[in-house]
Amino acid sequence: MSEEIKTIKVTIDNITIDVAPGTTILNAARQIGGDVTPPAMCYYSKLEGSGGKCRTCLVEVAAGSTADPRPMPKLVASCRTGVMDGMIVKNITSEKVTDARNGVVEFLLLNHPLDCPICDQAGECHLQDLGYDHGKEGTRYQFARRTFKKEDLGPYIQLHMTRCILCYRCTYVADQITNKRVHGVLDRGDHAAISTYISKAIDNDFSGNMIDVCPVGALTDKTFRFKNRVWFTKPVDAHRDCQTPGCCGKATLWLRGDEVFRVTARKDEWGEVQSFDGKPGWICNTCRFETKKTSEWTIEGLTTISRHSVIGANKYKTLEMPKETVKEVMNGVEPRLLMDIHSISGVNDPSVHLSEIDRPAKKDDFKK
Amino acid sequence: MQRMSKKLLLKNANVPGIRQYDVYRREGGYVGVEKALKMQPEAIVEEVKKSGLRGRGGAGFPTGMKWSFLAKPEGVPRYLVCNADESEPGTFKDRYLMEFIPHLLIEGMIIASYALGSNNSYIYIRGEYDWVADILQEAIAEAKQNGWLGKNIQGSGFDCEMYVQRGAGAYICGEETALLESLEGKRGNPRIKPPFPAIKGLWGCPTVVNNVETIAAVVPIINEGGEAYAQIGVGKSTGTKLISACGNINKPGVYEIDMTISVEEFIYSDEYCGGIPNGKRLKACIPGGSSVPILPANLLLTTAKGEKRMMNYESLSDGGFASGSMMGSGGFIVLDEDQCIVRHTYTLARFYRHESCGQCSPCREGTGWMEKILLNIEKGKGKISDIDLLWDIQRKIEGNTICPLGDAAAWPVAAAIRHFRDEFEWHVNNPDKCLTENYGLRHYADAIHVPA
Repeated sequence: MSEEIKTIKVTIDNITIDVAPGTTILNAARQIGGDVTPPAMCYYSKLEGSGGKCRTCLVEVAAGSTADPRPMPKLVASCRTGVMDGMIVKNITSEKVTDARNGVVEFLLLNHPLDCPICDQAGECHLQDLGYDHGKEGTRYQFARRTFKKEDLGPYIQLHMTRCILCYRCTYVADQITNKRVHGVLDRGDHAAISTYISKAIDNDFSGNMIDVCPVGALTDKTFRFKNRVWFTKPVDAHRDCQTPGCCGKATLWLRGDEVFRVTARKDEWGEVQSFDGKPGWICNTCRFETKKTSEWTIEGLTTISRHSVIGANKYKTLEMPKETVKEVMNGVEPRLLMDIHSISGVNDPSVHLSEIDRPAKKDDFKK
Repeated sequence: MQRMSKKLLLKNANVPGIRQYDVYRREGGYVGVEKALKMQPEAIVEEVKKSGLRGRGGAGFPTGMKWSFLAKPEGVPRYLVCNADESEPGTFKDRYLMEFIPHLLIEGMIIASYALGSNNSYIYIRGEYDWVADILQEAIAEAKQNGWLGKNIQGSGFDCEMYVQRGAGAYICGEETALLESLEGKRGNPRIKPPFPAIKGLWGCPTVVNNVETIAAVVPIINEGGEAYAQIGVGKSTGTKLISACGNINKPGVYEIDMTISVEEFIYSDEYCGGIPNGKRLKACIPGGSSVPILPANLLLTTAKGEKRMMNYESLSDGGFASGSMMGSGGFIVLDEDQCIVRHTYTLARFYRHESCGQCSPCREGTGWMEKILLNIEKGKGKISDIDLLWDIQRKIEGNTICPLGDAAAWPVAAAIRHFRDEFEWHVNNPDKCLTENYGLRHYADAIHVPA
């Protein structure tokens, strides 16, 4: 007897989908994909407890469920709200959501230094993408932005707190993936900061994954800092037989020629670490920071990059001109010129070459 | 003739030595526990429902309803947590209650613990109330000595231990889920709801979080019966409410009202605030703690419909946010004609910026932004467009945050601009004058024409 899997129906921006009970609105939207998926800056499906903080994924619930079709009074964080059978959600079809999301993006950019030109995250920064989608060209903020001193979190990780949007993802990584968390959030409000309190080095086999989950350039790879722009490097999928327990050994190498500039975990279409056999594909620090020769890896092939991403620009396929099909469909007959407008035009005399006149042309020039 | 309103909580507040167990017991203390332990827990919840008691912490949610939402899965402990993290500027009623009649809170805690089946109950008190925490601890020890806490209380078979936990000085820990996080020993960040504490609260177990005054009010409800309690007051504002009055009044202090008096009477009668000192005139008032909307004198005393505004939940919120305010926590702040609304709003904005936990973006970034703009306007460096900008910022914070602190930060700014926009504009247009002079009362006390 086959077990019947119960699904529930949810409608997001007029698209209905069946999902498993317990799915969040955001994950249901990701199953639909495309524009109806709310952006997420703090939610990370592989990190338990993440989400709800950045408020970019706010959506309007126009009807709670079939049983209770009342709308929810406030916009809800789609990453932390479970779907109900018959729920109707409005994302990009709701003016309230667009307005609130624009507001959230403005808040996130308020104290962000916008130093993209010198930031290693540029090109793969979620805040940059969010800014392009929802931001305004000008700022209404006319005060000094809050700044922090740069901090070294051990030999591999650079913390640039000024760029941080306090998504808390890195603290979840430390809690859930490494064996001991030595960093966290200090202070509160707009002066809250990620730190190790006494600048203690983060020394752990899996600490490098914090860099991968960071949506902005707050945590960067010190072995890659200022070495290259991501869009000049070529990502390839590669694997190696890694002996570190818990490391999946599957990574993306960022190459220039034969030189490995950077090693990261493999990312999925939502910018999260890919899962392999149902487990998130975190990689250890040895793979990430110490294994930087192509000979140490088995290269599988080019990484698939979204064609909207700056990283993939002009790298894999050049534009091909569509070929002329007239002759083909006309059984080999060339298209016939019906009228050569130049030869019968009474305005411009074809025998007068404009390039031979050393001044602007006048009407007299065309008079015989 | 002056009519004394009924006192339930502060009835014995002036009895010498009421802080001690012996005196409290002599004056009829712990009779409520004796009565309650003979009742079924469900019957107590029913009495509280009948009483119509509404949460006294600010939101005014019906307490009996909150109690009946508590999940009761087999084999999982349940907790009662008393929210004594009274940090709202202008609110100090709980401190008074705990400092002078600590046993009233403990008696209420025992009854509520019994009704909810909580064998370990906590009082989370703000760190600044250091001496009050000591008083509570002494009172708990006394209660335990006399058999009101511990194992098998008064032979009823009910066990209850009570603990006092001090906060570390964060306003945000008065938000119930942040309070629970802090109580668990974590950073006091509000949790994302759902799940609500009634399902998953302290250490993942079903929990009820109630304000000090709410729990104290359970004692008279059990003593006199829920129906008798509901007789006091008016409409859905039943029982008595403690108001902590401060600001430009002759007699600041904590008053117990039965919600049938008018705001005007409360401010000007000698029984309560005793009027405004130095013959000044009333300009504005925040009737329920710093986060509720401020009202100009005319809308404070009379609703937009032209009715007399009363000191109760319904009347204070009459007109919604357009022309009304909220009962809130009962922090009644009176501003006379010499007060500057811009400066006042800036002070509040600074407070909320400082107290924002920084977890969610709109509140973290928006509160700081509002503070900076308000400081500019206050210092005569503002622009007219700043006023609209402020409005837009508060609009984008309100309702979009994890916890109500975002709303609490947005409402005072919104209300100040809504009712006192011309004062803000005067500050912008008179950049030098505003540093030395005050806008004054102007038309804020003028009667508003009510179309018949």
